[in-house]
Amino acid sequence: MESTAVIDVEGLVSRFGNFVVHDNLNLAIAPGEIVSLVGGSGSGKTTLLRQILGLEKPAAGCVRVFGEDINGSDGKRLQQLRNRWGMLFQHGALFSALSAIDNVALPLRELRTLPEALVVEAALLKLQMVGINAAQALNMPADLSGGMVKRVALARALALEPELLFLDEPTAGLDPSLSDTFVELIAALHQEMSLTVVMVTHDLDTIYALSTKIAVLADKHVIAYGTPEEVLEVEHPFIKEFFLGERGKRAMAAMPTAHDSLNKPDMKI
Amino acid sequence: MPDYDPPDLHVDPNQPDAIIATGAWQVHALATKELLPKLNRVLERLNDRDKAHWDMSGITALDHIGAQYLWDAWGKRRPPGLQLSPSHQKTFDRLEKTDNLTLPDEQERSLLSWKSITEKSDLILDHFHGFIALIGQLVLDTAQFIKKPLDGPWKEVSASIYHAGFQALGITALVGFLIGVVLSYLSAQQLHTFGGDIYLVNILGMSIIRELGPLLAAILVAGRSGSSMTAQLGVMRVTEELDAMLVMGMPHGFRLIMPKVLALAIAMPLLVIWTDAMALIGGMAAALLELNLSPTYFLYKLPDAVPLANYWIGIGKGVVFGSLIALVACHFGLRIKANTESLGQGTTTSVVTAITVVILADAVFAIVFNGVGF
Repeated sequence: MESTAVIDVEGLVSRFGNFVVHDNLNLAIAPGEIVSLVGGSGSGKTTLLRQILGLEKPAAGCVRVFGEDINGSDGKRLQQLRNRWGMLFQHGALFSALSAIDNVALPLRELRTLPEALVVEAALLKLQMVGINAAQALNMPADLSGGMVKRVALARALALEPELLFLDEPTAGLDPSLSDTFVELIAALHQEMSLTVVMVTHDLDTIYALSTKIAVLADKHVIAYGTPEEVLEVEHPFIKEFFLGERGKRAMAAMPTAHDSLNKPDMKI
Repeated sequence: MPDYDPPDLHVDPNQPDAIIATGAWQVHALATKELLPKLNRVLERLNDRDKAHWDMSGITALDHIGAQYLWDAWGKRRPPGLQLSPSHQKTFDRLEKTDNLTLPDEQERSLLSWKSITEKSDLILDHFHGFIALIGQLVLDTAQFIKKPLDGPWKEVSASIYHAGFQALGITALVGFLIGVVLSYLSAQQLHTFGGDIYLVNILGMSIIRELGPLLAAILVAGRSGSSMTAQLGVMRVTEELDAMLVMGMPHGFRLIMPKVLALAIAMPLLVIWTDAMALIGGMAAALLELNLSPTYFLYKLPDAVPLANYWIGIGKGVVFGSLIALVACHFGLRIKANTESLGQGTTTSVVTAITVVILADAVFAIVFNGVGF
């Protein structure tokens, strides 16, 4: 494992037509972190995520993942790179023509060298890690509940033992208790598989419960990147509104043990 | 990209029953070509696998798939005298904790079992039943439309006429013209040998106006608009738009199906006239070149050669074919399930069925109007 940044975004510029989303954006994420990307709607969180994944090409600037330029490398190296990350899409993006187990086994089968018995066992193990048993594994995605779709999608994202995991709104659309279990699951997997996690989320509970670092996107830049405590010190209207508004205070009050320092009276608005 | 040092197994030279594992036991390293067969050979050569002592302290990395491979090699239990570094301990803890990792058996199904035969016939009955219900609903919806025409879905009807009718003008013109040319050339050669050149007008006029024009237009529209209607309804199912409409009190029959059927029932006869005209122009052009038959003569002779009844039969076919295509498209569109495979299958079946149904209806027309228009 390199000691340098897992993800290194340098001087990123992205536009939609004349509308500039990011202007000279910089971000470096160290291994082992759980980073939450936050920002108002339209601030380009998802765009940034898609550019890191190479799904969109930035107008200027450079995105390096594991030290590899996403837009400059040749196909074979990119494929090796893609095998080292996993992505959980907001709505799961399970292949609807394949059963849950086949969805998880697909990335393993794509390697074309592992024996089928091992593939099935490995896929079932991943499904059990996210709390899906063998009887449910044969279901088609259409027959699964929303929470289970997310779990299967997470199992698929973890199938190739990635070092880097991307999550797009991991708890959106889940009920509070389910979303708490999902957060615990991600925390446990982070421990067990020594992952680096990058997630886009709006859910303050998730942010406080999981993130070791928060990156705040506003005004076309990353205006703050650091531990939750450090980010809260930054003077910016968006941070005040997002973290220290009514909802923010409620979420913080619910997590008193983890973030005692945030409840200092002078921090309140 | 770091190079993995390949996982390896070898027997300790000093202790024949001790086996030493080294390297990175990770999925990408294991997936290297020829590596797993090599490891399997080492395992096979091991005489007494149960008694072997495993020394795993030399491995550099371990993930779940590597662990699973070893776990299977051990017969799904921890071997006695296992030496393992503490950091790799928890991966095996996880494997120990999980239940047995086998899929429940799926029921074998042979193609000719009694169950699959009854399922097939049930499905056919179900389609039949659904189609009849769809026609019944259409009649009710049309009655409602006639009763209160101002509350009807006029916009949907006109949009469908535009998409299925106007936008099909180009392709029907091209295909009609070319078929006219082909037909004219082939018939002209045969007629010329008999000296019956002037009968070209009869052959072309009769076949195009009564038969080929409506059929060509119907097949093109089934491929063009039928498939798009099915796919549209299918995607609306996938995105839950169909359910949203029902919740808001917008019935599918009145707002989706009837407008499409009405639109095709209006647009198809017009397309038939258009295709007829284009095919005849193509035929005239070829006749001028091949037989030196002037267009003036062609047009002068046409009303005598083709009685007007044929024209009405052609237009009537247009109305019926159009309605059938829209009904079949809607029938299959509404039965699509919320997954991608079903969407593709439904669209294919819809187009194939629509064309078959059109040809079937054409045969019915031929029998019913036997003796009319000659």
